[in-house]
Amino acid sequence: MATITYRDALNQALREEMRRDDKVFLMGEEVGEYHGAYKVSRGLLEEFGAKRVIDTPIAELGFTGIGVGAAMVGLRPIIEMMTFNFALLAIDQIVNSAAKMRYMSGGQFGCPIVFRGPGGSALQLGAQHSQAFESWYAHIPGLKVVTPATPADAKGLLKSAIRDDDPVVFIEGEMLYNTKGEVPEDEYTIPLGKADIKRDGKDVTIVCHSKTVTQALKAAEQLATENIAAEVLDLRTIRPLDTDAILKSVAKTNRCVVAEEGWEFAGIGAQVVDVIQREIFDALDAPVLRVTGADVPMPYNKLLEKAAKVDAAKIIVAAKRVLYLA
Amino acid sequence: MAAPATSKSRAPDASIVEVHTRYLRQMTLIRRFEEKAGEAYSLGKIGGFCHLYIGQEAVAVGVMAALRGDDYVIAAYREHGHALARGLSPRSVMAELFGKATGCSSGKGGSMHLFDREHRFMGGHGIVGGQIPLGAGIAFATKYQGGDQVCACFFGEAAANIGAFHEALNMASLWGLPVVFLCENNGYGMGTAVARASAVVDLSRKGTAYGMVAEAVDGQSVLAVRQAMDRAVVRARTEMQPTLLELRTYRYVGHSMSDAAHGTYRTKEEVEEYRRRDPINVLADQMRAGRYLDDVAFKALNDEVLAEVEDAYEFADRSADPDPSQLFADVYARGPGKVS
Ligand SMILES: Cc1ncc(C[n+]2csc(CCOP(=O)(O)OP(=O)(O)O)c2C)c(N)n1
Ligand SMILES: [Mg+2]
Repeated sequence: MATITYRDALNQALREEMRRDDKVFLMGEEVGEYHGAYKVSRGLLEEFGAKRVIDTPIAELGFTGIGVGAAMVGLRPIIEMMTFNFALLAIDQIVNSAAKMRYMSGGQFGCPIVFRGPGGSALQLGAQHSQAFESWYAHIPGLKVVTPATPADAKGLLKSAIRDDDPVVFIEGEMLYNTKGEVPEDEYTIPLGKADIKRDGKDVTIVCHSKTVTQALKAAEQLATENIAAEVLDLRTIRPLDTDAILKSVAKTNRCVVAEEGWEFAGIGAQVVDVIQREIFDALDAPVLRVTGADVPMPYNKLLEKAAKVDAAKIIVAAKRVLYLA
Repeated sequence: MAAPATSKSRAPDASIVEVHTRYLRQMTLIRRFEEKAGEAYSLGKIGGFCHLYIGQEAVAVGVMAALRGDDYVIAAYREHGHALARGLSPRSVMAELFGKATGCSSGKGGSMHLFDREHRFMGGHGIVGGQIPLGAGIAFATKYQGGDQVCACFFGEAAANIGAFHEALNMASLWGLPVVFLCENNGYGMGTAVARASAVVDLSRKGTAYGMVAEAVDGQSVLAVRQAMDRAVVRARTEMQPTLLELRTYRYVGHSMSDAAHGTYRTKEEVEEYRRRDPINVLADQMRAGRYLDDVAFKALNDEVLAEVEDAYEFADRSADPDPSQLFADVYARGPGKVS
């Protein structure tokens, strides 16, 4: 296994899939000559040329729609959003066109397309540039939503997303690009819709995805020093949601915390909690608690921003509360 | 033939001296302020995205000079210069960049979101093109209420490729809104040169599709900007007609603090070439030629401005962070916005 960054893992996935299938192309702002705003597409223009690595104007609605149109007739576009904050300008084409094409055409036209780019907050980027939108897309029947947390998952899941015959919203962690992890040398894919236990534990389940996985692992490590064995369950794919994995883990631990970067209202955790209470209510020894971003637009000031964000300490507090230790 | 002695020795018009000196001072203030902001960024006093205005000063200064105090201004995220030219104090702008409670947006906005009600400075907006319809909307409200204020709506040339630009221009023209669309063409949207992103590179022509008067202006000449803006303001204020101005300028620095000034998408030579028409020098040379600026006076002006910038820095640095309770303030008009 090689140790590489999340960024390079994504780059490998793009490269391998573009080599495998010439119907795959990459389109977005600064993806070619500039190698991507976050340098995920480094070297791709050089290898595949301007026909398949396409720099666009700042026109999210337009180039997303062009991608959807191309996908309807058999190409496999990868549309890069410089960040998912800007995908709001394109969400009409994602929701009203891509997500519904197969259904409203009575199965005649599919839409094998990937919308990918960073989501969530970084550091002090302020209200318009610090938003986690996975719950918005997860709300929509017809879309799949993937949020990898590690380099190995990022690579395997992106390859599956590109090969998938339906539209996939693939949200990368802006703060994860530089993180490193082991990635298999041989060709592999990871199926969409499968959660992954990132750490075993018997006392409490921490359900998380993307950036909160790192925070949950940190929290679990701290909790272990206090003899609390937390299980860290990384959803990896938000939709389809791996309910079996959630239920299995919580049936074992009887306690659960759901952590996500986004806002509480109608968030991912709401769906997770609903499944748990509906399916295994009797297994619960405490109400499930949620750790989310504060219910405010992101403030710029460093201290306020820290207060607004999820971190390991907040997850620890919630875990102790479901164990009635705090 | 020798020039008549009278024209050579005639003292320049006092008001011209005063006006040009003011422009020179404002442009120099912006330049020194931005240099200091860059320094503060490297020291970690400023965080997040920070887009400097160095090279484009003549645009903001020339435009603001044509406005009244009760007119409106709206801009994108590269707006420190616009805020200063509009009259926001360097203290309140620097404090906002530092995220302090004394900042013009109470430390909650940051570099990209400078707002100031008193100066009718309607923001700093971070989504490319997002402020263009807002500018038209402000003008709509003015017309609706029978006012005669003008809205100066700034954006970068790359924003002219986004749908919001086209939708807003069409409606502004269709409905006769008192707005001036100010397209600052600095040659690049991040690393993408104009010709790589726009089918039409003569951007002022984009007004034609909407039957809008449009003009291309030398954005390195504050006087040319002022004159073009004067014409556009008259059109808006007295004729209720929008105008599109393309201001041809250049940014000497990288797109943001994380982007090099040159290397990947443009050459050092290109940047140096444009530096020869530095807007500050263009005006200073003109003033020198007219003999109402000399090196001593220019240095004194620069020193004065430097002191003002230092003062802003000190002020920002010693100002307090917002109170933690401010996290939940101003989500809604009344009360904290707790959902559960
Ligand atoms: C809708 C949207 N897409 C992408 C971005 C990322 N982005 C920020 S600035 C920028 C370039 C804009 O260039 P231009 O409009 O020419 O203004 P300049 O930066 O040159 O002042 C891009 C692509 C964004 N903020 N909003
Ligand atoms: Mg530009």
